[in-house]
Amino acid sequence: MRDVAIIGAYTTVFGELWEKSLRDTAVEAGVGAIEDANVAGEEIDAMYVGNMSGGKFVGQEHIGALVADYAAGLAREFHIPSTRVEAACASGGLALRQAIMAVSSGFHDVVIAAGAEKMTDIDGTGVTDALAAAADREWEGIMGATFPGLYAMIARYHMHKYGTTSEQLASVAVKNHDNGVHNPIAQFRNKITIDQVLRSSKVADPLRLLDCSPVTDGAAAVVVVPADIAKKYTDTPIYVKASSQASDTISLDDRRDIATLDASVFAGKWAFEMAKLTPKDIDFVEVHDCFTIAEICAIEDLGFFKKGDGGRASYDGDTRIGGKIAVNPSGGLKACGHPVGATGIKQACEAVYQLRGEAGKRQVPNAKYAMTHNVGGSGATCAVHIFSNER
Amino acid sequence: MKIGIVSYGAYIPRYRIKVEEIAKVWNGDPSALKGGLKVFEKSVPALDEDVVTIAVEASRNAIERGNLDAKRIGAIYTGSESHPYAVKPTSTIVAEAVGATSDMTAADFEFACKAGTAAVQVCMGLVGSKMIDLGLAIGADVSQGAPNDALEYTAAAGGAAMIIGRNEDEIIAEIECTSSYTTDTPDFWRREGQPYPRHGGRFTGDPGYFKHVTNGANSLLKKLGKTAKDYDYAVFHQPNGKFPERVAKSLGFTQEQIEPGLAVTNLGNTYSGASLIGLSATLDIAEPGDRIFVTSYGSGSGSDAFSIKVTENIKKCAKDVPTVEKLLSNPIYLDYGKYAHHKGKIKF
Amino acid sequence: MPVPRFWREQKGRYNLIGTYCKKCGKHFYPARSICPFCRRSGEIEDFQFKGKGEIVTYSVIHASSEDFDHLTPYILAIVKLDEGPCITTQIVDEPTDIKIGDRVKAVFRRLGSDGKAGIIYYGTKFVIDN
Repeated sequence: MRDVAIIGAYTTVFGELWEKSLRDTAVEAGVGAIEDANVAGEEIDAMYVGNMSGGKFVGQEHIGALVADYAAGLAREFHIPSTRVEAACASGGLALRQAIMAVSSGFHDVVIAAGAEKMTDIDGTGVTDALAAAADREWEGIMGATFPGLYAMIARYHMHKYGTTSEQLASVAVKNHDNGVHNPIAQFRNKITIDQVLRSSKVADPLRLLDCSPVTDGAAAVVVVPADIAKKYTDTPIYVKASSQASDTISLDDRRDIATLDASVFAGKWAFEMAKLTPKDIDFVEVHDCFTIAEICAIEDLGFFKKGDGGRASYDGDTRIGGKIAVNPSGGLKACGHPVGATGIKQACEAVYQLRGEAGKRQVPNAKYAMTHNVGGSGATCAVHIFSNER
Repeated sequence: MKIGIVSYGAYIPRYRIKVEEIAKVWNGDPSALKGGLKVFEKSVPALDEDVVTIAVEASRNAIERGNLDAKRIGAIYTGSESHPYAVKPTSTIVAEAVGATSDMTAADFEFACKAGTAAVQVCMGLVGSKMIDLGLAIGADVSQGAPNDALEYTAAAGGAAMIIGRNEDEIIAEIECTSSYTTDTPDFWRREGQPYPRHGGRFTGDPGYFKHVTNGANSLLKKLGKTAKDYDYAVFHQPNGKFPERVAKSLGFTQEQIEPGLAVTNLGNTYSGASLIGLSATLDIAEPGDRIFVTSYGSGSGSDAFSIKVTENIKKCAKDVPTVEKLLSNPIYLDYGKYAHHKGKIKF
Repeated sequence: MPVPRFWREQKGRYNLIGTYCKKCGKHFYPARSICPFCRRSGEIEDFQFKGKGEIVTYSVIHASSEDFDHLTPYILAIVKLDEGPCITTQIVDEPTDIKIGDRVKAVFRRLGSDGKAGIIYYGTKFVIDN
């Protein structure tokens, strides 16, 4: 296996991009990453595109070919292999992992990992339905399980078992909005208060609107190469220290513990083993906060806080930039938005910006190790990566 | 050979709306309405309840009460005027949901409010001819009353299931005799594709209900050489509280005889379910040896009369199956807006 | 949902029929054809659950997909059946003070339908067992 590095990263603005189509955002991200990496089109060997539900959101499948076609002639001129990767909201994280494995194995040298989702071309109930397809359609979906509903059941159980409060949940959203203010690509760049979260409309009790990540359009891409040749393209390659992926039951009801995402536990554990690091070594983590409770579970399941202590830690400010561990300095899914297939790649982009020291007012000081954590469904798939600016 | 009821079960949705609440919307006089109808509130199906779910719950209660093997059921007939499908049987869904075998026959019946008792008679025939071992006869409805129509105050939801058999060790209430009276009297109808039924107003009274119930009841009494005094209880179709009281009196039955089976006051008219729910409520309290007189009525028009004698086996019924009294307790009251939503009067 | 997709799971949905493994004694709902614990050495048989259990967790759903919009707010829950497995279901008839640990029992209800003209899906939901 070869060491792997990221030499270019680009994230489109996230938000309700009424004038842009799925292919527009994907192409913008791909070209942006190529330019950032300073690679020529001829050098690209392969592409992996994370996309959850082109079929339901825009009626388009075959996304791999579509993006390769429209992105700098990669299909028509160079005929490079382009593969769509789907694992619900973890599609982006898995696309990145496929790219890393392709390079690490020696199959390819210059590989693009992209993620894109266009969610605003259908109405809210349609989005809810498309996202619900990430759960077990036959046995959860048919009973009216929505994604907020599944995470709300995790939240209720967490509250019951550990005494986690609505205020603690709300503090996650408040912190992520505070970080998002300083992120130029974020969908929401406004501060909110705990009171505002607690007064927002109910979505799936105990989760309210401001506990939920929004519906978002956007795309992101990175360029992955063997670490040995990375310096040929950039002075600041970001090295991949670990790439792991774990699975769990598709249905939430079948889990060992409703309040624990075992896929996060195992992906996290394996990533730390691969990188020979511990949670204490990590300077910041971009976790999959599709809902506020998801961030609380993530920081526990990845080992940054004791199980059951995530709510308190969030409320006490331990997860702020400058706290015990900076969690979601980008603003997370909550403030940046969550174009589902793009999120896993956007997290990697944030790691790149931060580790290069380019994150401006949201910069985590002296960051050396970054972790990203991308979850599919209610926790059936999890991808974890660790990056460093040192090889 | 004796033929009779080997078990029975009822089901009533938990939701209710009071007559006052409906009257408020249409500027009706609640005390006049309540006095005129002798109905104070009516049942309303939950948003996810219909004739199929009611028929299944009632049938499951019947099977549980009799501790019966559903595989013995040879025929299932569901009588209703509000089957959820115009074409596609309710009874096949019931069969699957109660765990019946595929080696049986099934069909849906419609005869306004008496389709349930018609199903009982057909099961009696099949059981008596030994074509089947047990027959499951169900009457269930989620009837519609057009907004501001008199029917809106009474059209309710509920049902009951009777399991008919011939094994003397199992019969809890022997059906001694049945007889019917049928004419072409258009006092109430609903045309194909129409959401609400129409009716003949006061024409539904004397030429409809009273003529048919009286003739059906008298024909049975005459056949058996019995009078009202030979019965401990009587159940008459109950579109409201007034009609059964008046017809009972004219036939010589007392208020005491009909009281236990008069569920309509706090339930409304459950159409195909009404006579069978009344019978269920009576069986709930009946003792071995009691005689029960039942006459249903279905607009269009016809009546089915039954003479029923309760046996010792009624003591063997499972006790934890809900009685009609229990099903009527603990209601959830709806305002008119929510009622309209439950009844599909608000279109999405 | 296309008709065959619903129809083939009817038995399981109507009557809580799942499976159990004769080798390890574990019960499964929905039915699994391979025991996840004994894997290929397991012995799977059909099993009908009694339909009693308790609430593990729940949520009141206020925003749903179009198919469930008319039911909102409705209670989504995970129920642990007495025989072991946990299932996702709805708690119906508007319990006023629902809480984790409440005993529930199965009832037969409409799960949904394929629009106004398509087939109606029936199955099992739960009510508080008083």
